Amino acid sequence: MKKLVQDFEVLQRKELNDEHFVLDVKALEPLPEIHPGQFVNVLVKDSNTTFLRRPLSIHFVDYERNTISLYIKKIGDGTKKLGELKEGDTLNIVYPLGNQYSIPNNANTLLVGGGCGVAPLLYLAKHLKEAGNNVTTLLGVRSEKDAVELDAYKEYGNILVTTEDGSFGEKGYPTQHSVLEKEKFDYVFTCGPEPMMKAVAAYSAQKNIPCEVSLENTMACGFGACLCCVTETTEGNKCTCTEGPVFNINDLKW
Amino acid sequence: MVNLGVKLKDLSLKNPVMTASGTFGFGEEFEDFIDLSNLGGIIVKGTTRHHREGNPYPRMAETPSGMLNAVGLQNKGVENFCKEIYPRIKHYDTNILVNVSGSVIEDYVETAAMINELEHIPAIELNISCPNVKEGGMAFGTSCASAASVVKAVREVYKKHLMVKLSPNVTDITEIAKAVEAEGADSVSLINTLLGMAIDAETRKPLLSTVTGGLSGPAVKPVALRMVWQVFNAVNIPIVGLGGIMNAKDAIEFILAGATAIQIGTANFIDPQVTEKVVVGIEDYMKRHNVQDINDLIGALPIQ
Repeated sequence: MKKLVQDFEVLQRKELNDEHFVLDVKALEPLPEIHPGQFVNVLVKDSNTTFLRRPLSIHFVDYERNTISLYIKKIGDGTKKLGELKEGDTLNIVYPLGNQYSIPNNANTLLVGGGCGVAPLLYLAKHLKEAGNNVTTLLGVRSEKDAVELDAYKEYGNILVTTEDGSFGEKGYPTQHSVLEKEKFDYVFTCGPEPMMKAVAAYSAQKNIPCEVSLENTMACGFGACLCCVTETTEGNKCTCTEGPVFNINDLKW
Repeated sequence: MVNLGVKLKDLSLKNPVMTASGTFGFGEEFEDFIDLSNLGGIIVKGTTRHHREGNPYPRMAETPSGMLNAVGLQNKGVENFCKEIYPRIKHYDTNILVNVSGSVIEDYVETAAMINELEHIPAIELNISCPNVKEGGMAFGTSCASAASVVKAVREVYKKHLMVKLSPNVTDITEIAKAVEAEGADSVSLINTLLGMAIDAETRKPLLSTVTGGLSGPAVKPVALRMVWQVFNAVNIPIVGLGGIMNAKDAIEFILAGATAIQIGTANFIDPQVTEKVVVGIEDYMKRHNVQDINDLIGALPIQ
């Protein structure tokens, strides 16, 4: 798949809560095929402390509007600057990068997201539903105000939430949710903080369910040139950007 | 038409823009973004006698106007390069240089001898300046005696253009440059990364698995420019300048300081099309300043 570097036009910025926002950006040429799990690397302007691009998961693709949606958490100055972009602004993007989640057919699938790691799961849920799968999305957040975009997930299946403070859904971490014992899943997909993904991987391994995780290693280029984002696999160091970000847990040394 | 062609002794470049080793993969990673034939040369990933896994993650930290890396020469070894990679890239219509590194002199010699047999590789860049390996690497490039000994040994087996990449982590880079010139180096490239370090105050941990790493990007440009100018005034062989070049203006500055050619490194990560833009930008600069031949700009710094 050919990688591109292009200017996109900002269509809108939706604030989800005080930390997270979704940026819809419109391609000036027809979008290429983009797979769930892939990411973009965006150029941040006017930030003295942001030297490198910022890799961001693709949250959603709307081919009718020719847009990509990016789910972003304000962490440092770079992501804060992205949170100041307005309609009509330009965003330079290198994409589509990385591999993709596997899409089974007619299976019972579980998607587990935590924090900013929910980013790639919405587009994945769409593809899974279109392939005839039953989709359950389980989001782990801190409290009710972080449980956002639930209606969007509902379009593609069930949506379940855990909150750390118990203000919404079940109290606790996603790996403590009752659905994990109640229901039998055929595939598990996860993205989020590493401790959460490791707990999801342990659950999947114990139940003997295939499990794919998306890693967020820091990187410079995003297309296999810098060799900075490696993760240890059973076949040696692999670049998260080109051979990931999605890995089957059996291939990782977790 | 302005002339952009330069010569590093016997090695002709269609323009002075090359890519820095370790920032450009094997060229293939950039084929989607640019036409490689528009470049003066590409210097592929550092290659060693044997396979190296490199250092553990994390290997990179962003810093003000730059980045630290501690990749540690991850590569599959010279035999893999000759058998698997070379056949895929040998058709590129540009100069392909292999960056050769090692832990002991014998490794450098064996690797260089094998690359010497590859018809479409007209030169090697001898890396005596990698700061991210425990043995060898930069250790060879930080004393005149060891720099001279490795260049002398490689010169005996390597018959084509021998470029030697110098470390900035020395007291006087001109002494090292003179030492490698005396042993038969055809050109020198400088600078490799500056040894640096980053700490996360919140977690009180180093940001790199190796604690220290190599600093690159615009943060090092003034240091690199100074060293190119010093070496230009100390040796007679051509100089390839690098260190934080982000655009054509930066490239022109290195040429004015004495570089015959330049390499673009870290900037490739931020704009994968930057190399082509620099070629065009140099040409625009020459037209704007009414310079017919790029060679007229090399070292053309009037110093009172």
